[in-house]
Amino acid sequence: MNTTELERDFQNKIDNEIRIEPKDWMPDNYRQTLIRQISQHAHSEIVGMLPEGNWITRAPSLRRKVALLAKVQDEAGHGLYLYSATETLGIERDETIEDLNSGKAKYSSIFNYPTLTWADIGAIGWLVDGAAIMNQVPLCRCSYGPYARAMVRVCKEESFHQRQGYEIMLTLCRGSEAQKNMAQDALNRWWWPALMMFGPSDSDSPHTAQSMKWKIKRFTNDELRQKFVDITSPQADFLGISIPDDNLKWNEDEGHYDFGEPAWEEFYDVIRGNGPCNAERLNARKKAYNEGSWVREAALAYAKKKSNSENLVQVA
Amino acid sequence: MSTKEALFDYVIRQADNCLILGQRLGEWCGHGPVLEQDIAMTNIALDLIGQSRSLYQYAADVEGKGKTEDDLAYLRDVWQFKNLLLVEQPNQDFAYTIARQFYFDNFNFLFYQALTESADEQLKAIAQKSLKEVRYHVKWSSDWILRLGDGTDESHERINRAITDLWSYTGEFFNNNEVDNAMIDAKIGTDLTGLKPKWEQKIGSILEEATLEVPAGEWMQSGGKEGKHSEHLGYILADLQFLQRAYPGAKW
Ligand SMILES: [Fe+2]
Ligand SMILES: [Fe+2]
Repeated sequence: MNTTELERDFQNKIDNEIRIEPKDWMPDNYRQTLIRQISQHAHSEIVGMLPEGNWITRAPSLRRKVALLAKVQDEAGHGLYLYSATETLGIERDETIEDLNSGKAKYSSIFNYPTLTWADIGAIGWLVDGAAIMNQVPLCRCSYGPYARAMVRVCKEESFHQRQGYEIMLTLCRGSEAQKNMAQDALNRWWWPALMMFGPSDSDSPHTAQSMKWKIKRFTNDELRQKFVDITSPQADFLGISIPDDNLKWNEDEGHYDFGEPAWEEFYDVIRGNGPCNAERLNARKKAYNEGSWVREAALAYAKKKSNSENLVQVA
Repeated sequence: MSTKEALFDYVIRQADNCLILGQRLGEWCGHGPVLEQDIAMTNIALDLIGQSRSLYQYAADVEGKGKTEDDLAYLRDVWQFKNLLLVEQPNQDFAYTIARQFYFDNFNFLFYQALTESADEQLKAIAQKSLKEVRYHVKWSSDWILRLGDGTDESHERINRAITDLWSYTGEFFNNNEVDNAMIDAKIGTDLTGLKPKWEQKIGSILEEATLEVPAGEWMQSGGKEGKHSEHLGYILADLQFLQRAYPGAKW
């Protein structure tokens, strides 16, 4: 078969909702798009451990401490599944991680914001995991098999995180005045960055059309953002705190909320590396990786010695 | 000291051991040398904090003043904490973390194993449940002693330094104080001096296999069980207790 026929075959499969598996032929662009997207996703899980990990030692009760530890550990697990999914496309985990450390690979900008109070842990669960779910549920039907399957596992845990985060917010909002203020302050700081998690407006998102055609993406950025606002606004009302957007208003005719435009200059600034914690996050990752190198080398050297001595025994 | 007071102190001591070491391991979360080990350390932290919760709940029952696990974890000061000095020592690098874990896990295993024969039903049940978890901790830290000891020159040197530096915190494991004696008399607790030969044998054989030597230092630090701690504990509590102290009485 020539390339044109292969491509036609490939698109046929996609149109018929047949999953693409690692050994199947795929266009190079499809492979590169997936490598970029899945590895960015993996890095986001790993970098995302840092802002929340920041509160593990300070969690306000033992029950909350255990839940937070387990949550951050889940994110490490998500990173693992996703690095494995990237490996099915022919890129080793170490190589992917080096791209993160060198600044070549991106991760979700949301993690470049600081966690300043305990309420941030609630707000992240509620809004950030909430937005992640909205992005990821459609990915469970992604055309690439290993990614879709990884997402099924991930989504189950994310919805648990989201409920847990909302429950933290609810506890604060039903608590003292100071706690409620803490919750409001967190919502003020996380709302806009959360909206930006869906990516730029469709008109500024050049890859969307191709990704939709390949069924890597199922909804546009703006569709998902709208859905997020529609679901989240009543939740904020129930908490009794207000979303920091003067334009937010229920639109009876549309059956949706109207809402304001995020500050896209800030979004692009953070992507360029100028967010409040970009340098800190990347340095923390590099430090962990570099300071861990002697440990990884030791494990490798030991495993080699052991397999050599086992081989010797077998030869004898 | 009444048996009840001794029992409270005895249970609190083990709860504090588990919480403080769990807190230390929690500091690694997101910063581990490799993802799988980040997850493994978090697992152990989760087990230990889980154990501390059962123990604090029981201690609160024993005390009978209507306190909760969080009252005990969050509203006591340094001198009221009775954990071993070893568990509050800083993580430093992965080698120190492993050495600390290795010494403690092997002690913890023998201690819980002894408590499975306790005359106190509640303590016995907690010990039985915890023992299953600690068996895995022992395996994990022992495996890493082997890998680091018999890995590369650098790892050998690092783990050797760590086991040597932390050695002086292991003597305290095996001292019976007034509380231990009361618990031995009541057949609730165990004679700690009796655990020492088994611990030394286990440690010795793993270190030997790891091409390391048992440290020779004879001077041993002590005081943790009496509430006399290193400077590190104050900072651990400052983090741990910050919110409960800053917002007295708030529910979280
Ligand atoms: Fe995740
Ligand atoms: Fe999550």
